[in-house]
Amino acid sequence: MTGNEIINLLVIVCVLLGTFLSLVTMVGLLRLPDVYSRSHAASKSATLGVMFILIGALLYFYQDYGLDARLILGILFVLITSPVAGHLISRAAYYSGVPLWDKSIRDDLKKVAKKRSSASE
Amino acid sequence: MRTNDVILKTVTQLVTFIIIIFSIYVFLSGHHHPGGGFIGGLMTAAAFVLIGLAFDIETVKKIIPIDFKLISATGMLIAVLTGIGSFVFDANFLSHTFDYFHLPLLGETELATAVLFDIGVYLVVIGITLTIIFTIGEDQ
Repeated sequence: MTGNEIINLLVIVCVLLGTFLSLVTMVGLLRLPDVYSRSHAASKSATLGVMFILIGALLYFYQDYGLDARLILGILFVLITSPVAGHLISRAAYYSGVPLWDKSIRDDLKKVAKKRSSASE
Repeated sequence: MRTNDVILKTVTQLVTFIIIIFSIYVFLSGHHHPGGGFIGGLMTAAAFVLIGLAFDIETVKKIIPIDFKLISATGMLIAVLTGIGSFVFDANFLSHTFDYFHLPLLGETELATAVLFDIGVYLVVIGITLTIIFTIGEDQ
């Protein structure tokens, strides 16, 4: 195999993995029971899916134009920001009183949140 | 009650640099690639809005100690002055020109006077966006 074919194969694998993970995200969003597990699905697999697609694009354009700084920055940016967005959304949901799934058995944040809300009053 | 958001604040400190560097890149590459003063200014303003969200408006005002309206006024002045500057060389209003120069480190570089106009646009967009958002944001 020539180098070109290897890069093309890697591009195909990356893009397919990325689309598969995005599909997994969608299924997770539709099927999971409450906000917290949904945001778990959305922030984790969507991040990795988008990053795989961007890496595929990086490799594809590497053949003709060399490394694209914008794509590298984009990969870094998604890696940094998307989990934080998930964290902030689920925290906002928790503090505005969205209930957990009725089968969940453990809530460590409850004690801290109660202590803090009683301290602020 | 101000909630404890260490994660947001730390990530903001990191990400703001990426956004501002990228906005400067977009601003400078506007002559030959997609980009330019408008989108660059919007992205810089977005970085400051992010700081304003994670910390508060006082922090942004400490970073930019000038009135935001003054920034847009300066930008407008620069844009008009580049237009008037073409009269000095006996050309029509807003005529632009470019030439190739040898700069240290950068080598052969194309310098266009359109960049000066773009700096004006950049400053106007930053000033206007920050003025609008932070006037709405202030609860007084």
